[in-house]
Amino acid sequence: MTATRAALAARATRAPRPAWMEKPRPLTQAAKALALVTVVLLVCVPFLVILSTSLASTDEVVANGGWVLWPQDPTLKAYRDILDGGIVTHALGVSAGVTVIGTLLSLACTIGLAYALSRPGTFGRKPVLLLVLFTFLFPPGMIPSFLLVKGLGLLDTYASLVLPVLINVFNLVVLRGFFQSVPEELYEAARLDGAGEWRVLVSIVLPLSKAALAVVGLFYAVAYWNSWFYASLYLESDHWPLQQVLRTYVVAGSGLTDITTGEGTVTAPQTVQMAVLVIATVPILLVYPFLQKYFTKGVLTGAIKS
Amino acid sequence: MDVALHERRDQRAEKPAQDPEKLARPARKRFNGWALALLMLPGLAYFLLFHYGALVGNVIAFKDYVPFDGMWGSQWTGLANFQRMFGDSDFWAAVLNTLWIAVLQIVFYFPVPLALAVLLHTLTWSTVRRFVQSVAYLPHFISWVIVVALFQQVLGDTGLVNGYLGDAGLHTVDIIGNPDAFKPLVVAQVIWKDAGWGTIIFLAALSQVDEQQYEAAAIDGAGPWRRFWHVTLPAIRPVVVLLLIMRLGDILSVGFEQMLLQRDAVGPEAAEIIDTFVYYQGIVGGDYGFAAAAGLFKGVIGALLVFAANKVAHRLGEQGVYK
Repeated sequence: MTATRAALAARATRAPRPAWMEKPRPLTQAAKALALVTVVLLVCVPFLVILSTSLASTDEVVANGGWVLWPQDPTLKAYRDILDGGIVTHALGVSAGVTVIGTLLSLACTIGLAYALSRPGTFGRKPVLLLVLFTFLFPPGMIPSFLLVKGLGLLDTYASLVLPVLINVFNLVVLRGFFQSVPEELYEAARLDGAGEWRVLVSIVLPLSKAALAVVGLFYAVAYWNSWFYASLYLESDHWPLQQVLRTYVVAGSGLTDITTGEGTVTAPQTVQMAVLVIATVPILLVYPFLQKYFTKGVLTGAIKS
Repeated sequence: MDVALHERRDQRAEKPAQDPEKLARPARKRFNGWALALLMLPGLAYFLLFHYGALVGNVIAFKDYVPFDGMWGSQWTGLANFQRMFGDSDFWAAVLNTLWIAVLQIVFYFPVPLALAVLLHTLTWSTVRRFVQSVAYLPHFISWVIVVALFQQVLGDTGLVNGYLGDAGLHTVDIIGNPDAFKPLVVAQVIWKDAGWGTIIFLAALSQVDEQQYEAAAIDGAGPWRRFWHVTLPAIRPVVVLLLIMRLGDILSVGFEQMLLQRDAVGPEAAEIIDTFVYYQGIVGGDYGFAAAAGLFKGVIGALLVFAANKVAHRLGEQGVYK
């Protein structure tokens, strides 16, 4: 009986109010609820507007003056138009490719450096660590970086979206901190069993750091997916990723080229613009629950505190 | 970031690990060292090339850079670029805009995550709390391109808000593309995007507050407000002070991408900041040496400010960003 009650209590999500705490007043509760609902609506309504508008028919959007909160007659026409080849389809492929390859490369290099910097025996560990952390204090600046990328012949290559931002110091520090928290005894035991550093890293440290690797990997992926400035800086328009296409056709409202075919001089209809916005947002929404899962594990809290 | 803490942990870990190892198998130890160095190589090469290699490029701030002559072939001009910059009213307008937006952010953005965190912390119903947290963190992961587009859709001439105001027969608001409304707008965008995310650090600090202190205060007759004032605030003050100092140290940076995306719509008088000034002078205008000088100026002053902020943090007994 008591066991059942305890189990029930454990399942209930509402923590019991401590004995010393006053009973909440209805007015306070109402004010709190109002504040929370406002926060949720402020975040959600803009997304709802773009989603609804992208699903509405062009006539309905025009009749309503540019936006729709709830489409009368939902249609996927806008999505079919932009995913039927053309600029957006190509840009989507570029974004996906850069995100996947960039994330893998970044993760591999960050793991290597973070692991080496976390182990006591590494040759030149202290100076390298200082070298890395100094870049955080003094970034090289936009013009020298641009001239370097140009000088290396990386202009108008996809590598220019990845190599100049290969390692993020913050992610490196997070991962290094995590590697350091692996108990020293495990290293000892592995070494006594004759495992080299490579073996220790692959069979012991990485499996133990799954949560941190997931977070850092997702951070990289989100950064690559969201990046547009480097594309505008380094790439010709026929190589643009999705965010840069979005910037040109939706934010700047450029109507020079038809967004669906790449020909003509028609401004893209509002429904199509909103559909591009939705497509650029959806991958973030898809990975977000996974990111969220690790917030609760305190990975990020610990990382951000440091 | 937290070098001090990690270093200390290292030293503790180092002692027992190294000594028996050295005695037993010195050759193995050295091999491991080289294996680790090899593992480190790609990352190190990245930092050397794309940070330190690029850093060297700042020499063109002291040259009359002509792309044809290259970085080393161009003529040295000493401090001419800097002199021109200090005499350029557009540059000072950009500096002023930067500082003005940063101050607005500190006054209007900074308290929002704190207030939201306190509100979330008082929720005892964890399902609701987690749901609101999930929703509030989300905009942090949305790109600036999308955030700016969303604001256009909601607040623009043909947007949601003006649609409702128009239908209700009220005055419509002129926000998007209006230079006078630009600075409040960018602060609102920062609040929308990052206030939820900003609660994380405050929530972590709030969860560290000793529950018994609340109980003791309540037994002594302190109501919710007095408990907040005398228990909660003093407990999270170090975090608040630290974040404030760090923001002040970073005062020359105010959302480059955010400004660049909207500068053309409102004009440089309202939206030019130091970073966009560098971009338009250098990348757009081709005046590389001059732009590099402005960038270098920002970098040096920025580093000094971070350094000073860190000193102040230590003076106040806080840990700071580095030791």
